[in-house]
Amino acid sequence: MSETNNWEPKIIAFLCNWCSYAGADLAGVSRFQYPPNIRIVKVPCSGRVSENMIMSALKSGADGILVSGCHPGDCHYISGNYFAKRRFALLSNLLDFIGIEPGRVSFSWVSASEGEQFAEVVHSVTERVKALGPASRLVKQLDAVQAA
Amino acid sequence: MSNGSVLVVGGGIAGVQAALDLANSGFLVHLVERTTAIGGKMSQLDKTFPTNDCSACILSPKLVECGRHFNINLLTLADLIALEGEPGSFKAVVRQRPRYIDPEKCIACGLCAEKCPKKVSNDFNMGIGERKAAYLSYPQAVPLKYALDPEHCIWINKPGRCGLCAKVCQAGAINFDETAREYILEVGSVVLAPGFSRFDPSPLDFTGYGRLPNVVTSMEFERLLSPSGPCMGHLERPSDGQEPKRIAWLQCIGSRDINRVGHPYCSSICCMFALKQAVIAKEHAHGEFESSIFYMDMRTHGKGFENYYNRAKEDGVRFHRARVHSVIPADDSGSLQLRYVDELGKVNFAEFDMVVLSTGLQVYRHTVKLAEMLGLELDADNFIKTDSFNPVATSRPGIYVCGAASEPKDIPQSVMEASAAAAEAGRIMAPARWTETSKKVYPAEMNIHAQAPRIGVFVCHCGINISSVVDVEAVAAHAKNLDGVVFSQCNLFTCSQDTINQMVSIIKEQGLNRVVVASCSPRTHEPLFQETLRDAGLNKFLFEMANIRDQNSWVHQLEPEKATAKAKDLVAMAVARVRSEGALPYNTVPVTKSALVIGGGVTGMTAALSMAEQNYPVILVEQSECLGGNGRKVYRNWKGDTFLPFINELTARVTTHPQISVKYNTEISEVTGSVGKFITTFSDGHSFEHGVAVIAVGGQAYQPEEEWQFLHGIDHRVQTLLELDQRFMEEDAGLKEVKQAVFIHCVGSRIPERPYCSRVCCTHAIDSAVKLKELNPEMDIYMLYRDIRTYGQRERLYQEARAKGIIFVCYDLDHLPHVSERDGRLLVHAHDPIIDANISIHPDLLVLATAIQPREQTGSLSKFFKCAVDSQGFLLEAHMKLRPVDFATEGVFLAGLCHYPKPMEEAIAQAKAAAARAAIILAYDAVPAESVTAVVTPAKCTGCGLCVEVCAYHAVSLDENGISVVTTSMCKGCGACVAGCRSDAVSLKNIGNEQIMAAVDAAFM
Ligand code: FES
Repeated sequence: MSETNNWEPKIIAFLCNWCSYAGADLAGVSRFQYPPNIRIVKVPCSGRVSENMIMSALKSGADGILVSGCHPGDCHYISGNYFAKRRFALLSNLLDFIGIEPGRVSFSWVSASEGEQFAEVVHSVTERVKALGPASRLVKQLDAVQAA
Repeated sequence: MSNGSVLVVGGGIAGVQAALDLANSGFLVHLVERTTAIGGKMSQLDKTFPTNDCSACILSPKLVECGRHFNINLLTLADLIALEGEPGSFKAVVRQRPRYIDPEKCIACGLCAEKCPKKVSNDFNMGIGERKAAYLSYPQAVPLKYALDPEHCIWINKPGRCGLCAKVCQAGAINFDETAREYILEVGSVVLAPGFSRFDPSPLDFTGYGRLPNVVTSMEFERLLSPSGPCMGHLERPSDGQEPKRIAWLQCIGSRDINRVGHPYCSSICCMFALKQAVIAKEHAHGEFESSIFYMDMRTHGKGFENYYNRAKEDGVRFHRARVHSVIPADDSGSLQLRYVDELGKVNFAEFDMVVLSTGLQVYRHTVKLAEMLGLELDADNFIKTDSFNPVATSRPGIYVCGAASEPKDIPQSVMEASAAAAEAGRIMAPARWTETSKKVYPAEMNIHAQAPRIGVFVCHCGINISSVVDVEAVAAHAKNLDGVVFSQCNLFTCSQDTINQMVSIIKEQGLNRVVVASCSPRTHEPLFQETLRDAGLNKFLFEMANIRDQNSWVHQLEPEKATAKAKDLVAMAVARVRSEGALPYNTVPVTKSALVIGGGVTGMTAALSMAEQNYPVILVEQSECLGGNGRKVYRNWKGDTFLPFINELTARVTTHPQISVKYNTEISEVTGSVGKFITTFSDGHSFEHGVAVIAVGGQAYQPEEEWQFLHGIDHRVQTLLELDQRFMEEDAGLKEVKQAVFIHCVGSRIPERPYCSRVCCTHAIDSAVKLKELNPEMDIYMLYRDIRTYGQRERLYQEARAKGIIFVCYDLDHLPHVSERDGRLLVHAHDPIIDANISIHPDLLVLATAIQPREQTGSLSKFFKCAVDSQGFLLEAHMKLRPVDFATEGVFLAGLCHYPKPMEEAIAQAKAAAARAAIILAYDAVPAESVTAVVTPAKCTGCGLCVEVCAYHAVSLDENGISVVTTSMCKGCGACVAGCRSDAVSLKNIGNEQIMAAVDAAFM
C-alpha cells in the first residue's frame, strides 16, 4: 500500500489558447495555488482535441485528462467548443464501454477571466483522479501484455 | 505639408508607448530620454497592481521593441532645449550630454564597472547600496550600454588620475574627451511624457525619515522587494538586515496635505501601491507576518482594485483609518513605535519593525522649466495644464502631454493617454505618414529543410519569479540531454535586451534551427522571441515556449521539488513539439481601410472623429435616434465645465464630417471576418466592410433596489445624481428652496453583487453638493460615505466642500443609513462613528450616488467580435496594465464605460487611444494573417465531408473529385477539421497530431 500512498498522478490538460490557457495564466498571475500534477498542452481551440488524442494520451500513461475551452458561445472560432463537447459526450460512452472510469476524463469551460475557477477545476480533477488510483486499463495492462 | 517625424520627450512607459504607437503607424520618432536608459519609474517597480505582474517582465518586451525599432531614434542623456515653429513644422533643438562610453563599441561586458574604483550611491535603487561611477542603471536597461557618471568619475574631474576603465575595456569604448552634441530635429508635433518625481519626506520630522533607518519610502521599499534590488528580493530591514515581521504603511505622505507640504491633491496611486506592497511583502515573509495600513480613505477606484482590497483584507492586512502623529524608536533594536489617533479620537500606540511612507507624486523641477521654455500653461499644482475635453492637449497647439506630468495617475491611464497623444500627433501629421520612415529588412531565412533538429533551450530565472521555486539550473541540465537539443542555458531575464542580442548570436554560432524558451507565457512574450528568431535568420515558427512561471512556479510556490519536476516535463514537451515543426509562410491579408465604431456616445464620437481626421472612412452606429449617450444626462465635470455645449459641438463635427456616416436606430446583427477585413451586417440588413472596429457602447446607471432603494421611485424627494443633474440643467428654481440635503454614496457599488467602485460618484456627488451650496449657501448638506475617493486633483473639490461647511459622515456596510417617511417628512438615520452615536436628519432632498454598470447588450456584442467580458460584464482588455484599449482579438478595440466606470475626460482619452491603436492597422496595406492553417493529404481523404461541416469559416470544401481542399486565406487555424477527420487526412501545420502527441508522450518519458 505504501507505494500507492506516494503515487502522484499525471494529468494531461488540453487547453484552448483563447480562454482556458489564458485562465490558467491568470491563476498564476493571481497566485492561486493548485496541485502540480497537471501538464498543460496548448491547443488553438478545444475543437482541435480529437478522441484519438485523448485515447493516445491515456495510452501514453496519463492517469487523467482534462479538456477545457471557452464557455458556450464564447469560442474564438465560433463553434469549436460545441463540437468538442459533443465529441466528448460520445467518447464518454465509449470509455465507459471499454472500462475506463468516467472520472478520468473531464471537460470544463474556463474563461480568460476565471483564474480562480481554473485552480478549482485542477483541484477537483486531481482529487478525482487520485481517488481512482493509477490508470491501468490502457497503459499498464498493455505493458504487461507486451512484456509477456 | 507637415513633417512626418515626431519628437517624444521622456522614455518612461508613457513615452515608450507613444513612441511605439507613432512609429508603428508610419512616423519617424525621436525619443529623447534624460537618463542613460529608458524604462522610467516602471522599471524600478517590483510588481504591478492589481495583477501582481512582475513589472520588469511586462515592461521589458516594450523596451526591447523600442530599442530595436527601425523608426525610433533613441537619444539618451538628452534634453529638449529649444523649440520653434508651429504644428506640422517645428524645429527642435536637442542637447545630448556625453556618455563617455561609445555605445557603438560597448558590448556591456561590465569590466569597466568591475574595475572602477569609485563607489557612489545607487540612484536606481533609491540610494540603497552602491554602484560605480562606470555603471549600467539596471540589468535590463535599454540601451544596454554602460556610461560614466561625470559627477563622480575620477578622470573626468581630474584628468590623468585614474583611467582604469579605459585600460580594461577590450572594446576601446571609453572616451573621456567626448563632449555634448546638439541636434536640430524637424518634427511635425511633440509629445511630452516627462513623468513624475516622488515627494521627499525628509522635511516631515514626525516620520523620522532620514533619522531612523527603518523608515523608508514606498519607492525604496519597492527596491527592497525587487529581485534585482539591493537585497536580491530577500526582504531585509536597513538597520540590521533582519527580516521584518511587522510593517506599517503610512498613507498620504506629501499628498492631501496643504499645511505641511502644500500639496492639496491626492496622488491617486498610493493606496493600491501600499496594498500591493503589503500583499507582496507577506509573500516574501517566512512565517508570521503582520502588515498594517494607516490611511484616511482607501482609494481603490480602478478596475480590479476593489477586489484586490477585499482580498488583502481577507489575507489579514490590517487597516486603520488614522493619521499617524509620530514615529519614534521603540527601543535600541531598531523597532519603531507609532503614535496615532483612531477614529474615535483615542490615542493609540503600536510597534513595528519597519515603516513605509507612501510618498506622493509631484512634478519634476526640470519639467516645470521645460514647460516654461515651451510656453505651456501649468495648473495650480504645477502639473502641465490640459483641456477637460481634450485631456492630452497642452495650451500650445501641436504639443501633447501624457502620463503623470498632467495629473497623478497609474500605469494603464498613462498608457491610454500615451496612445491618445499619438492619435493627436498623428492627426496633424497624417498627410506625411510613411514619408520619413524606413523599412526593416530581415536577414534571409535559413533553409532548414533537410537538416536534423538542432534545438537550443533557454531557461529563464525571471529574476526570482521562477528560480525561487524551480531549480532552473537542473532544468537546463535536463534539457541538454533531450533528443535534438544541442544547446541549453539559463538567463536571469531572457527577455532583456542583452539576452535577446545574445540569443541571436548563439543561434548563429551554434547553428540552431529550432528554439525553446522556458519562461513566462507565450501570450505575452512569444512575439518578442519570434522576432529574435527572424533577426537570426530563422523562420519564426520554429519556436516553442514552456510556460514554467505563470503555469508552474507561481502556482506551486510551496512545492519546489514537484515544480522542478514539472518544469522538466514542460521543457521536454516543448522540445518534443518543436522537434518536428517546420518553417511556415508569412501570410498576409489586405486591409480594408475603414473603421466601424459601435456606440454614439461621447466616447464613440471621439473615436470616430479621431480616425476620420486621420483620413479613414468611419461608420458610426448608434442604437438610439440621437448621438451623445450618457453624457447628455450629466451636468458638468469637477472642473466646472458643462457638458452640453461640448457634446452639441462634437455632434455637429461628427455629423458633418465627410468621412463619417452615422447610422441611427441601428444594431449589429452579424459579424464575420477578422482583422483587416470584417464584414458587419446591421439590423437594417445592410452590411459594411471594415478593417478595424471600436466598441464604445457605454454603461448604464444602476436602478436602486432593496436595501439600496431608500424610497427612490416612491418618494419624489429621493433622486439619483443624474436626476439632480437634470434639475441643474433645467435651472429648477425649487433647488434654491432646499434647506437640508443628504447624499448617500456607494449606492449599489462596493457590495458583493457589484464588488467594484464606480469611480466617478464621489466626485460627482461632492460637485453636486457644492453646486447646491452655490445656489443656497444656507443649505445644510450631509454626505454619507464609505471612503471619499476624489482621486488626483479632484481632491480640491473635497476640500472646497469641507470649507463650505458640507458635513461628511462615514458609514459602513454593517450600519447602512436608513431612510423612512414620517408625517410627510423624510427621515434619515445614520451612525456617526466619530461621535459613536446615531444621528437623524430630516432632509427635503435625498440624493443617491448610484453605481455604473455595464449594459446588457455588452455581452452579446462581445460575442460578435469574440471578445471577452469580465465577471462583472465589463469588456475585458488584452492586458490590464499595458494594453488597456486592445482586445486579445486583433483589430477590435474598446473605450469608455463598457470597459469600466470613468469620468468623461478619461473616456475621451481612451477613445483617442483606441483610435490610435486602430490607426496602426489602418496605416498598412496588409496585415499578417494566419500562418498556422490546415492541410489535406489527398491520398488519405475519403471524401466524407465532415471537415466541410465543422468549418465555421467555410474554408474547407470538396473538389470535383470529392476530395477535401482548404482555402488557406480563409482558414483561421482552429483545427476543428483536423479533429473531425476520421481518416487522419487533415492536419494543422505545426499543430498536427504528430506534434501534440509527441508533447504528450514527452510528459511520460
Ligand atoms: S477557442 Fe476556446 S474553445 Fe474554441
